[in-house]
This record gives sequence, structure tokens and C-alpha cells, in this order.
Amino acid sequence: MSALSGGAVCGRLGPDRWHFQHGPIDLIIDVEAEGDAGARAIAECWQQFQGVLPRLVDELPELRRPLRTRPAPRRPMALRGPVAQRMLQACAPFADERFITPMAAVAGAVADELIAAFRRPGVTRACINNGGDIALLLSPATSYRVGICSQLDGDGARAGEDGTLDVPLASMFTVHEDTPVRGIATSGWRGRSFSLGIADSVTVLADNAAAADAAATLIANAVNCEHPGIVRVPADQLKDDTDLGALPVTVEVPPLPATAIAAALASGGAEALRWRDRGLIYAAAIFLQGRVELVLPPAAVAPATLDTAAA
Amino acid sequence: MNQPSTEHTRVDHVAEDADPALSLTAGPTLLESTSAPRANAAKVRCDACPVLCHISEGRTGACDRWGNVDGLLTRVDPLVLSRHPSPDGEESVFLTGVGAGTTYPDYKPAPFIVASRHEAVDIVTVVTEGIFSYCSFKVKIDTDRYLGPEQGNIRYHGEVVGHVTTAEYGSQMLSIGGVHHLTGGSKKEGRQTCELMAALGNKQAVELMIDGGSALTVQSGAAPVVNGVPESRMRVGCGSATIGIFAKQWQGLVDEVVVVDDHITGVLTEHQAGKYLGIRASGIELIGRRSTPGRYFKVANPGTGWGGTDITDPASIIAGFDAAVTWPGLTLLMVSTTGEHAEYFVLDDQLVPRVAPMPAEVRLAVERIAENCEPALCTVLFVGGAGGSLRAGVTESPVRLTQAIKDGAVNVTCGGAPVYVWPGGGITVMVDVARMPDRSFGTVPTPAIVAPIEFTMSVADFEALGGHMDSVQPLTDVLAREESRLKRVDSANPWPLGRHRRLE
Repeated sequence: MSALSGGAVCGRLGPDRWHFQHGPIDLIIDVEAEGDAGARAIAECWQQFQGVLPRLVDELPELRRPLRTRPAPRRPMALRGPVAQRMLQACAPFADERFITPMAAVAGAVADELIAAFRRPGVTRACINNGGDIALLLSPATSYRVGICSQLDGDGARAGEDGTLDVPLASMFTVHEDTPVRGIATSGWRGRSFSLGIADSVTVLADNAAAADAAATLIANAVNCEHPGIVRVPADQLKDDTDLGALPVTVEVPPLPATAIAAALASGGAEALRWRDRGLIYAAAIFLQGRVELVLPPAAVAPATLDTAAA
Repeated sequence: MNQPSTEHTRVDHVAEDADPALSLTAGPTLLESTSAPRANAAKVRCDACPVLCHISEGRTGACDRWGNVDGLLTRVDPLVLSRHPSPDGEESVFLTGVGAGTTYPDYKPAPFIVASRHEAVDIVTVVTEGIFSYCSFKVKIDTDRYLGPEQGNIRYHGEVVGHVTTAEYGSQMLSIGGVHHLTGGSKKEGRQTCELMAALGNKQAVELMIDGGSALTVQSGAAPVVNGVPESRMRVGCGSATIGIFAKQWQGLVDEVVVVDDHITGVLTEHQAGKYLGIRASGIELIGRRSTPGRYFKVANPGTGWGGTDITDPASIIAGFDAAVTWPGLTLLMVSTTGEHAEYFVLDDQLVPRVAPMPAEVRLAVERIAENCEPALCTVLFVGGAGGSLRAGVTESPVRLTQAIKDGAVNVTCGGAPVYVWPGGGITVMVDVARMPDRSFGTVPTPAIVAPIEFTMSVADFEALGGHMDSVQPLTDVLAREESRLKRVDSANPWPLGRHRRLE
């Protein structure tokens, strides 16, 4: 393969673990299956994977347009590709009230689209992790235990200015087959995508990965406060062709005073509650400098095991 | 700490010694360019994938793998091949650990175990990136300017990241990083240490502050910047040595020469060299403490003035002239050990030295000092311990790898650069980062440093020491598979193959 052939790459990381990569898409796929079901599923997934990026690129200009309902858009968004439609579907519920482009859900939508290949007899469970945006597949009586690191760079929690906490925070939760969660997404300014907020990370559980991805992006944007040490730069000065244009994205967050941390967490928590109460997400965990804000599922919903604790 | 020091040791300057009126810490030096990036600079089109990004200079595309570096489409996470003219005249490539990644858990074979041939011998090179907690940088700074007290703390962004260690001839030495700063202190200390170490290893400029000393800018292969002043030259020798070198050349040009130096200030006519040449005594008396004839300690405080002292007016160190010995019209050259500072005096009728225009031949003598000085550089050596679990990626019997290295059967390189393997236990290697490819060092959040390391040996020895034979793959296969991210860099290092001892 030549350097510029543009080919997708498939690597096997272990007996049940695969790595697919094409341009900016990086998938880690885990599959547990009986007989040759896993191999067949991987083969089909690989087949579909190779078409995903070209089809997205075809509609990229459209996908980068802000979704909005007021003022009414010049024309409705017309998208054909299956991944693009997932992106649109995931972002549309937020478009009335927030700036959002379908790109907010691209990683989750890719994972959702490809997880379908594993929905076949013999596959016990599977997951596709697209850079932290994860689609799950569970057969009856199975579950996934999911851990969250409190910072995207894995550095553990930092002490606030009052220095009261200097231990790594981690959360662990279990998604059972009957939990209404098949998507998990994480967003934050330290990640690969830009964020308007200051959260170390926001992890969202939702029906599917695209919905979780879009909501995590918005909640992370809302985790914010004014502090002179926070450095923000227009997105288009950092990356060409960004869908965020000149919006100021966070590039540096100094250790913050406890009051600022509390204010930012409260703002992010309110945003998460808003989307939870509309039924758009199941739960969220927001991490900022050693503090965590949890938005748990309403009691009416069958509870997932969400044993979040400072570990 | 004002006890007398012997002639052999440099005066141990501690913070209490410093003149309280003189601030030695001038604050951090900001050298980074503040100019805005050029608008509308030429973009490159990346056709590595269907996204076809147009990437501005200094940015990366959507994938963060390809970027525009100086107008060229460049892989930012390349696997680096060092390109050498091989012994048989053809070009050879050596797969370095830069970009190789590592395997986890440790017992898995290293990412690349490649087979090639050298002079009809089958050779295996185990290529990996090691994660080093036990590692440090030893930095040699060619300057006599006062950097700080020996054992003084070195800070980076306020955190202690190392200390000033034993000075060497003409150079100040720093020891930076190490396991106690990486993982033994606060998280912030660990993070700052890690960031600083990676930057130093990657030949970037870093700004350091020394407690009770100076603000420093250090970069491998560049001149040090002390309190905002770039150092240009190393001293040719201490003040006494300078007289020893040039006494004969100065005879007849000038009646007296004082070489101002923070360590030993020399006086020509009183010095053994001047006496031996029969040069007439001048009767000059210096402040400071006379060690032996013509050699004076502590004529001033350390600083960034003349010869590593805080002197700006050289006449200030002259206590007077002995009227019984000296004479009006005596000519005096005062010069620093680098020739950077020089002043010419003539004694007036009251035996007071008056600044006078420097005669051309005296100017030449000063320039002679300067031209014999070497350029002042910062040199950065990486010291890392590879004797731990990374050996399991090579062999199932780790101690055999250690023994084979000690026996000379295995050649160790870092990014293709030759290393010095410290004798004794373990595999403690030392390498000049200037000889390693750019961007050789990385970090992991542990925090720890990631550095490339390669072990080269004959196939027979690899097998004998329990190497992972099943994982050996031909170099050509690796190159074909990794083509999309290979980066070839020209290397001036010796060809790493065939440097191991042949076990017959």
C-alpha cells in the first residue's frame, strides 16, 4: 500500500480484538461469539467500514452546516448516507436550543452503524470504540462493565486550588442487557475534538452512541465559567475546515478555585439534567479538577448499576 | 559556608554568599516568538484518505496523523528509519524505535523484531520504545557564569525538577529529571518533570530557574542563555591557565596583564609563568584572597559580568599599586577568560590606572584569546535504565540479555545513535540526544518518559539467549507493511549492525 493510496487499514490486536483505521476514524472492536459467528461479523463489518469514510466525505460540506430551526434554515438538511442520517437524527433534538452541527455525532454514528454487523446468532456481545465513543451490543443475560478515567489524558484528578483532593477519580458502571443504554460517549477539551467548555471529561450514557456523542459534546460545552487563566482560541485558528468556525475553543485550563469548579459543574449538571428529563440521555458523569457531578437516571427507569465513587 | 576551599575546588557558592543587594534571579526569560502565524500561508492538500484535507502550515488534518510541516505533507507519528551509507558503499536503512510503540504486557515480543544481513551474517534487531521511570538528563552547559549553588534546586514552572551537580572544566552541570521527581513527589511535580524531560530530549529550548541562582534557557546543541544573556564562548581556561597559555605572547606588548575570572584571577608578572620569563614585577595589588603567587580567589561575587563575576568595572578589583615597585606610564591589560571583556590602562603620575585607547597589537592579543575559545553549547545526555521488564520483549530470560550486552554480543542503540552502557549491573545507557532523530522522546501519564531503544545481535546469539524467534520478521516485510508512515532520516551515526562481538 502506498503512502497516499487512501486505503483503510485492518489490524488484529488479539484473538477477539481488532483495529480498523481509515483517515480520521480509529475503531477498536471487541467481539465475543460462538463458532465462526465472530469472524463472519468482523468480515461484514470490515466490508462496510471501507465504504463509511468515502460516503461521509461526499456529504461533508452539508454535515458541517449548523442545524437550526430558528431562524428557519435556507433549506432543510438533505442527507442520504446511513451514517449521515444517524448524525442528523442524533443532533436534531438539540437544534432548537443549541448551536450544533451533525458533526457533533459523527464518531458515535459510525460506531452505531457498524455495530449492526454483529447483530447475528452466535455473537454474545460486541463493542466498537471509536475514539471514546462506544456502541455496545448485548445478547440476553450479558452485560458490559465500563470504567471511566476522570481525565482524557489518564492523568488522574488534579487538586483544586485548596488542595483538598489529589487522588485519581474513576467510575465504574455496568450496562446490562435490559439497561436502556447502547451508547457511551466522552467529550472534553483535552480530547481530539474541540470543546467550548472546560470539563476534563463528560461521559454520557444513552440509547445509542450517536445520541450520547451529541449530548456529551453539548454538556461538555456547558461546563464552563469565567476565569482569567482559561485560554480560548478561535477554532479556525487551530484547525482548517472546522465546523466550529471562529467559536472560541478551550486550549488551557489552569487549576481553578473551588468556587469556579463548583459553578462550572453546576452549569454542566443543569445541561445534563435538561437532556435527561427530555429522555435524550440516560445518565452523565462530569469531571473537573478532582470533582465529579453525576446526573443519574430518573428513578422510574430500571436502574443500572452505577457505582461511582472516588477510587 | 565561608570556609576556605582548596585550590582544586571551585568556591562553593551558596545563596547566603550572594550579595543581597544584587538580584541574581532576573526572572524568566521569554524567548518564544510572539508573532502571529502567517495568514493564508500556502496550504497542502493531503490525499492520504478520502477526506482530502487542505492543511495550513503548522497544523494537522482531520486525522491528526498528517500535517503541514514547513509546507510539506508530513506524517506526524512516523516510524523512523535512519539512513546510513553502509560499509559496502550502498545506502542502508536501520529501523529505529522512534514511533515503534511498545507492547503490553511486557512479556509479549517487542513491536518489531527484524531480520537483516550484514556481511553474510544474519542479524536480528529488536526495536521498541521503552517506558522509562528511572531516567534522567545530564546537561553540560559551557559557561563560567554563575548558574547557582551546587546541589541547588532547578525549577521548571515552579516545580523542582533536578539539581545543580558537580561542575566540570569550563562547564556547569545539571542533573534533571529522575524517578524521584517523576513519581516521588506531587502530581504537579511529576507532570512538569515529564514535560520538561520530553522537551529537553526532543532538542527544544526550555526555561529553568535555579534557586539562589540564575534563569536559564537550555537547548541541546544551542548556546545557553543566562539571565537573558546568550553565552557565546567557553573560557579558554581559568585566569591562571590563560596566563599559562599566553604569557610568552604578551611579553613586551604590555607591562601587566590581569585575567579576570570567577574561579582564579591571574596576574601575569606575579604568576609563575611571568616570573619564568623574567617579566618585571608591576606592584599591582588585587582585592580577593591570594592563593599562590599571581593567583587570586574571590576577587568579586559570581555574576554575569567579566569572567563569570559580577564585575562591570574591572578597576574595582585593583586595591592599589606598590609605589616602591611600580612606575608612572605602566601599561595594564585587564581581560576576561573569553576575551569578551577587555580594557587597557596606563598609570598616571599619581599611580592611578587611567583607561587608554588599546594599541592594535594588544587588541590582537585579546582577539587571540577569543579565537581560542570554543563556542559555548548546551549538551544533553539521556540516561535510562533498560534493565527492567522491557527485556522481556526481547527474550524469555531477561538476565541473558543483560549479560550478552555486557559481553559485547549485543549492540544497543537509541534511535540508531550509539550509547555508552554503564558497567556494573543492569542496562544503564547514556546517549547524546543530539545524535538521536528529532522527536525521539514521548511521555506516558504514569508519568514516565518514552524513548526508542534497539538491540542488535546475530540470529544465533538471539536464539541462544532465548529470543522470541517466532516473532522475527524480515526487514523488507516490515518496510512494506509500514510504508505509509515510514520517515527516512539521514544519520551521521555509525552503522549499528556488525558492531557486536561475534561469538564463534
